[in-house]
Amino acid sequence: MSERYREGDRVRTSTVDPDHHTRLPGYARGKTGVVVGSDGVHPLADLRARGVERPQPVYVVRFTAQELFGRGDHTVTLSLWEDYLSDE
Amino acid sequence: MSDDHDDSPIAARVRELEAVLEEKGLLDAAELDRALEAFAHNATPANGFRVVARAWVDDGFRARLVEDANAALPEVGLSMGGGLQVQRLRVVENTEEVHNVVVCTLCSCYPIALLGPSPTWYKSPAYRSRVVSHPREVLAQFGLELPRETEIRVWDANAETRYMVLPRRPAGTEHLSEDELAGRVTRNGLIGTAAV
Repeated sequence: MSERYREGDRVRTSTVDPDHHTRLPGYARGKTGVVVGSDGVHPLADLRARGVERPQPVYVVRFTAQELFGRGDHTVTLSLWEDYLSDE
Repeated sequence: MSDDHDDSPIAARVRELEAVLEEKGLLDAAELDRALEAFAHNATPANGFRVVARAWVDDGFRARLVEDANAALPEVGLSMGGGLQVQRLRVVENTEEVHNVVVCTLCSCYPIALLGPSPTWYKSPAYRSRVVSHPREVLAQFGLELPRETEIRVWDANAETRYMVLPRRPAGTEHLSEDELAGRVTRNGLIGTAAV
């Protein structure tokens, strides 16, 4: 499966708060981070929870605490499905 | 909707499915219990301690572990299987400059095969919400005061990967054997809420 993003790419997460299951935590919605790795290809959790298997790339994305919370000097790294991301 | 699923409809659905499968003779409850017991019996933090001790005495293993943990685990007779699927594991290494700490903000994802059942605090809303936004303060509450210049990396196990921290080898342990070193590792050290 071809990956849309590469290591070093800046990506922005979705701002949508869906009324179904998702694995994009609220604190990381609408934020900009940097792809630091690939996490393989896995069925999109949002659809899988409803019985639909649609595999797609998952990226390891790192965010600064400043970007997420407006304060702090640490980073937070998450695994995010391609559907959660758009070009910055 | 990224909330707990402890008391969600999925738990009830699983119970109903289990009952139906048993009724139809497709599932043997005793066999299921045996499989779960075997998994629980083998899933202990002693596994994680062994992995860390090997990484401390064998630089080659340490490099392979950090590069591809699932591929390296069989070298110490372990795997991330045992459940229904093999879980992906990433080992994150503490250094003089970087300290890693693990959380699952959405529920309580945890590498049970290597660390055993997770501690209650790991599943608490307080830890899950605070450690992502205020890790330095949370670690201090655990008694771990990090130097200002140490970079803190929080890893949210929000998807398919599980994380284990590779703590730094304590000073003055050059004379210890691999088994003795394993005895120095702690569960919290593998989560990142303690140094070793």
